[in-house]
Amino acid sequence: MHILVFNEERFGSMDFSLLLQFFINGCMLGMMYALVAVGFTLFFGVLDVIVFSHGDSVMVGAFAGLTSYLFCMYISPGMPVWLVTFFVFLAGMAFVAGFGMLVSRFIIMPLRSAPALNTLLATMMLGTVMREAVRLFFPDGSNPKPFPRLLPDWSWKFGDVLLRFDNLALFVAGVLLIVGVAFLINHSRLGMAIRAVAQDAEAAQIMGVNFPLIVLLTFAIGSAVAAFAGLMNGLYYNEINFNLGLLLGAIGFSSAVIGGLGNIYGAILGGFVFAFLQVIGTVATPFSSAYKDVFAFGVVIVLMAIFPTGILSERQSQRV
Amino acid sequence: MLKYLSRWSGLGSALCVALAFGATPAVAKDVVKVGYIGPLTGGNSAVGLGARNSADLAVRLQNADPKSKYQYELVALDDECKANIGVQVATKMASDAKIIGAATHYCSAVALGTVDIYHRFKMPVIVWGAVEPKITYGNNYPEIFRTIGTQEYQNKVASTFMRSLGYKKFAVIHDTTDYGKAHKDFFVKFLTEQGGEVLGIFGVTSEQQDFTTELTKIKALNAEVLYFGGLTPLGVRIRSQMDKLDLKLQFEGTSGIKSDAYISGVGAKLAEGTLSFLDGAPVEKLAGGKAFTEAYAKQGYAQPAEALGIFAFASMKQIIDTIEKVGPNRKALVTALSQIKEDDTLIGKITYDEHGQNAIPLMTKYVVQDGQWTIWEDSEYASGKRSLVKVK
Repeated sequence: MHILVFNEERFGSMDFSLLLQFFINGCMLGMMYALVAVGFTLFFGVLDVIVFSHGDSVMVGAFAGLTSYLFCMYISPGMPVWLVTFFVFLAGMAFVAGFGMLVSRFIIMPLRSAPALNTLLATMMLGTVMREAVRLFFPDGSNPKPFPRLLPDWSWKFGDVLLRFDNLALFVAGVLLIVGVAFLINHSRLGMAIRAVAQDAEAAQIMGVNFPLIVLLTFAIGSAVAAFAGLMNGLYYNEINFNLGLLLGAIGFSSAVIGGLGNIYGAILGGFVFAFLQVIGTVATPFSSAYKDVFAFGVVIVLMAIFPTGILSERQSQRV
Repeated sequence: MLKYLSRWSGLGSALCVALAFGATPAVAKDVVKVGYIGPLTGGNSAVGLGARNSADLAVRLQNADPKSKYQYELVALDDECKANIGVQVATKMASDAKIIGAATHYCSAVALGTVDIYHRFKMPVIVWGAVEPKITYGNNYPEIFRTIGTQEYQNKVASTFMRSLGYKKFAVIHDTTDYGKAHKDFFVKFLTEQGGEVLGIFGVTSEQQDFTTELTKIKALNAEVLYFGGLTPLGVRIRSQMDKLDLKLQFEGTSGIKSDAYISGVGAKLAEGTLSFLDGAPVEKLAGGKAFTEAYAKQGYAQPAEALGIFAFASMKQIIDTIEKVGPNRKALVTALSQIKEDDTLIGKITYDEHGQNAIPLMTKYVVQDGQWTIWEDSEYASGKRSLVKVK
């Protein structure tokens, strides 16, 4: 690892450095949660459905990225790293986007007139199928897999704070992706159609919006964002496993709910709130770090009692 | 020409044997069912599948033996390393009176939850992989036996070894299952008795993916060693994330990470120097180790036997051997197993104490060297050619 060390005295005491390091860790975690939450909120905004397999789409994205990396190494071991990275992201996101479209076409849409509980159960079961499929069909899929280190390992040390280039790059890429999705939703014809469907699907269809196509594209966008979160997870931790989407899905959904389900900005806010609740649960509470999730989910319940429609409430927000 | 002759004479002999058997009335052997339970799916399935294959190997070898009195059939069930699932499959197995005995469980939380069921159904089981002491010592059930040792001895050896290397300041991460908590309790107890200092203890759930907050906190503690009491999936994540935070501590695990999956998950470079401890001697040093490895390879199993395969094999072999002696009867099997003394098995001599616990006198220390778990005494770390993370 290439570490550039800066003067310790200039960058303050250990406690402040520690706080800054916790902040950096929390930001990375928050970005991942926010990206997952965005998908939940998009799907709910457009179709009023909760897609519980969304966390597992994150995992599939990571494994699709790993597969495409292995493919690149197989066909051309000397391929430049930037090109491999580009291909990994492209293939991973495209695969999961396509899979998301299939899910919407063959599971979500047929269940549209059924009770919401049916969709909930169907997607929960789909998540299990996805997890077990990766475990069974990916070579040696039961075991954790090392994810390639595709980004430069440069880092800067400010006192006791370690800032890694890969963290920074992934965070910036996450921000750009979210800004891109928000721009797409708010300033494009496709976004206008998505918002129209979210407001009133029947009226939108009367006005000429191709409803099935919009649903397919919404699922493609949401799933591609989930795949990005999975790839980010792999590049950040350099390890992926078939089980990684389980808790990530629960946290992403909780983040979307506390932010305000159906609101993209709410999902982002919720993701960061949840991440920092976990950090506080580990660092600042007197009990063991084992209870950090208990603490975070406990606070989420309190927040839901205070803000029943999410922190960014319906009055302040527009769906999707 | 000679080649052809040899082939025809071979076929002729086979025909004669077949005719001879045809002439004698064939007696079909009674089918006896034996069971195996372990994690066949989920994050710990690598170890569970290796152990299932090893138990299956014991059955296949017995069935291939013409002297065998019975034809054995293995019923393998998946506990997913989850206590609630374990209780269901244990009940299913124990309630099937045709299953005479079983080699069960890798995960201590599951084994702890199922011992009552085996006792209720009077079904003898030999625990092959779960190491929490209460599984055998927390009850007086005559049906429960265990070939693998307990965490208590493992951690006694581990703490003594680490202190002998000069390490004093430790940070501890453990998973919050009974298994992880017991590892933490024993390690902390023995370490402090030997003058070691535990600077921080962090419990984590087995589904946790991110450990950066815990590791950042540990970084500030200025410890020398990070002890991890848990299984491979978490071990891989923690070791990978230590590197991400530039946390240069000696990483010490338990038998829970002594698997090939740990090294492949972390990568050989990062796994280098990781320590772990496991009951008994390594397979290559066992008297029957070579034969076991060859027989296992011959069957063409899709997964490796992993470190605990030998325990599952020895457990199943002992069940089968005892059934051969006393017949397919649960009560007789319990009585016969409890009387076992100095039984020569793949893992060495087995003697069960009054709680059905095998006293394994040997604990092997391992270190990862060049992508392989290497016995400490045989490693370049012990000879001084390489060094672990320096004592501060």
